[in-house]
Amino acid sequence: MKAFYSFLAVIVLILVAVIGGSIANLHFFFGIIIPYVAFVLFVGGFIYRIIKWGRSPVPYRIPTTCGQQKSLPWIKQAKIENPTSALGVIVRMASEVLLFRSLFRNTKTELREGENGPQLAYGSAKWLWLGSLVFHWSFLIIIIRHLRFFLEPIPVALQLVDSVDSMLQIGLPQIYITDLLFLAAITFLFLRRVCVPRIKYISLPADYFPLLLIFGIAVSGILMRYFDKVDLISVKELALGIATLHPVLPSDIGAIFYVHLFLICCLFVYFPTSKLMHMGGIFMSPTRNMISNNRMVRHINPWNHAVEVHSYAEYEDEFREKMKKAGIPVEKE
Amino acid sequence: MAKYKLPKPGELSSSINYNPPAKDWMDIPVEFKPATYPAAAKEKDLLTVGFPNAHQWTPEDEDWNLPDGWEDTVIKGIEERLSKYRSFKLFMDVCVRCGACADKCHFYIGTGDPKNMPVVRAELLRSVYKRYFTKAGKVLGRLAGARDLDADVLKEWWYYFFQCTECRRCSVFCPYGIDTAELTIMGRELLNLLGLNINWIAGPVAACYSKGNHLGIEPHALKSNIELMIDDIEDITGIRVNPTFNRKGAEILFVTPSGDYMGEPGIYTCMGYLMLFHELGLDYTWSTYASEGGNFGFFTSNDMAKRLNSKIYAEAKRLGVKWILGGECGHMWRVLNQYMDTWNGPADFLEVPVSPITGTRFENAKSTKMVHITEFTADLIKHNKLKLDPSRNDHLRVTFHDSCNPARGMGLFDEPRYVIKSVCNNFFEMPENTIREKTFCCGSGSGLNATENMEERMRGGFPRANAVKYVHDKHGVNMLANICAVDRAAFPALMDYWVPGVGVTGTHELVANALVMKGEKERTTNLRGEDLPGKEGNE
Repeated sequence: MKAFYSFLAVIVLILVAVIGGSIANLHFFFGIIIPYVAFVLFVGGFIYRIIKWGRSPVPYRIPTTCGQQKSLPWIKQAKIENPTSALGVIVRMASEVLLFRSLFRNTKTELREGENGPQLAYGSAKWLWLGSLVFHWSFLIIIIRHLRFFLEPIPVALQLVDSVDSMLQIGLPQIYITDLLFLAAITFLFLRRVCVPRIKYISLPADYFPLLLIFGIAVSGILMRYFDKVDLISVKELALGIATLHPVLPSDIGAIFYVHLFLICCLFVYFPTSKLMHMGGIFMSPTRNMISNNRMVRHINPWNHAVEVHSYAEYEDEFREKMKKAGIPVEKE
Repeated sequence: MAKYKLPKPGELSSSINYNPPAKDWMDIPVEFKPATYPAAAKEKDLLTVGFPNAHQWTPEDEDWNLPDGWEDTVIKGIEERLSKYRSFKLFMDVCVRCGACADKCHFYIGTGDPKNMPVVRAELLRSVYKRYFTKAGKVLGRLAGARDLDADVLKEWWYYFFQCTECRRCSVFCPYGIDTAELTIMGRELLNLLGLNINWIAGPVAACYSKGNHLGIEPHALKSNIELMIDDIEDITGIRVNPTFNRKGAEILFVTPSGDYMGEPGIYTCMGYLMLFHELGLDYTWSTYASEGGNFGFFTSNDMAKRLNSKIYAEAKRLGVKWILGGECGHMWRVLNQYMDTWNGPADFLEVPVSPITGTRFENAKSTKMVHITEFTADLIKHNKLKLDPSRNDHLRVTFHDSCNPARGMGLFDEPRYVIKSVCNNFFEMPENTIREKTFCCGSGSGLNATENMEERMRGGFPRANAVKYVHDKHGVNMLANICAVDRAAFPALMDYWVPGVGVTGTHELVANALVMKGEKERTTNLRGEDLPGKEGNE
């Protein structure tokens, strides 16, 4: 049901885009106005969310230590999993952001029949890690590839990415490896939400919606590259115009392009309001981005207010006679 | 409550079902199943520490006697905490519900209750956050995963935030490092605004505040407890150790959890400290005022934790010691490592700890000036300062349980292992996915070590016990070593239930048994009065 609502929402968005794409009078709105608005909302929203998080202090230094601490010189410290230097934290964060280190640890808990009732076993579970990694990396490469629409001349590095990505040299235009991987990964991430009972149980519309939206973006993109081919010269003209703040509306790009563009705009607008902000959030996670040098350097809590304590003097007043009797030294005889 | 009987282990593990129920979790009201929750806090204990809205109630009551306007108190409480803790705000926002944490929680593994999945435990709070603090939640309501705060939600919070031991295992696996402990801490702080603590936390907190330790042992009684241990040590070794209390001018203040003062097997660990320090001729003192290393305030609110923790530095200053040595305890070391200096530092009246025996300077503790006893002892052994006879522990086949907090809030892994391997000849690790940073909780941490919630504890401890059983079956392991007073208190029941035949010991009990002291008589028994290997029937 939750997946269905999300599906419905994406369908509605596609219909809106189809209407926008098929009525020429609306092209200016859908081709230029909405992209600008979406871009501004994305960048503004993203920054707003980061600032909002940043305004709350980090009162305590609470890294999750996933390896041996630095203690005695002959005990080998886990310099990345329990970092005591900025470099260690940078490597730790890089491995989280670029390689999904923590997700790589994933295991699968199973109950197996034992002699006296079920017993626990833990198996390897790398599919989520692999699926997510493929999803995010293909997405990134696809976005980088798209820069060719916004740049003239196209930088050599971009051309290189393009040629590596299409090195299979199948079809015309040549199929991008990342397109295939991207579709496969989204399908996997979606299917596990629908098919794995436990994951289905925890999933919300807010989990299905972005997957379906991105799926829509990918499919519309693939359709217009390989099947319902659009005029790429016109697309580039529009993209360059938008990028250089001199937007011009080329005639007749094709309705499918407007679907692709509109869904991207929707993703842009939706992004800062949603869980997709994990993209920015991961950099701010105190359990991962802090140096684990708690006993070496004092961490300051900006709101470290005074609290009421039970002082030694009060304690001694209460127990003085008992202490004296037991031969425990006291301050006041 | 009807008389409750704990099901047999096989029955209990057979009852675990990981298939989620048909109904959405929001539509399943919390059910207070017998023996799965601790008793409510007593009014008098909350009054001792001046907590708001202290009142008598029980979880089974339909009406919890909540104060007027309690919803407002909670919402304002959330707002205040969002502005104070980036962790709270961020963790409310960035979860993508990928499910990596779902089967990492010992309570989920032991119950199959979906609300024990860390992601859902967070959603219990997140759903309310969304409703009152996000536009999507305000407009879309349930469709955005938001819900109103009402008395049932509050009861659900109480049940599930006291069914989390703040062990942080989920945070190891979360791709964003979302730490459920942070959320449980916030959840419990909010509940405490309404007087909704549990007895097993509020009682020790009140005792610690007024008497110096969780058990409420008064100064003279503390001294006599330790004197009893001194007598036992003399019987076993022929040596009379001579500790001091509240002594000004000592070089070192020693602070340990009060679980070590009373009850087995904690007292044997305590005897271990006494014997080791005597053998070294350490210039140290105990304190009756700062007689608690543990901190149940930490399971209540960060302010309460700070109030209790303040005694350690205050006492170190009053006594004029140079540095502080800390005993074997789990959450105590999370607090000492990650919080104490921030709350009650800087400890500029102390010196960077230097071992008077080896001269090792503990640079890793140069700001807090507090050293973990296994760091201290590992250093002694490495420098050959102790005469050890590990064969005295030859009847033991030992495994080591990494306590959650020293593991994931500190990274203390190899020090205790080095010490144990130096004093025991038979050491076996539990499976890789159940040790070190992936260690499983005893199921009774963060104040849940009561008796009325025994099924909760046995279920929560199931993954740990299961791993012990593995090495028990495979290697004949018969002793579970640890560095935590709650472990020593909780594991005996857990082992008796799941893995009968496995004992529980602190690390310094093993050290003391192997320690050959100067001028000792020939030992025939260990600290527990059991015959040493090869000394059977020598009496």
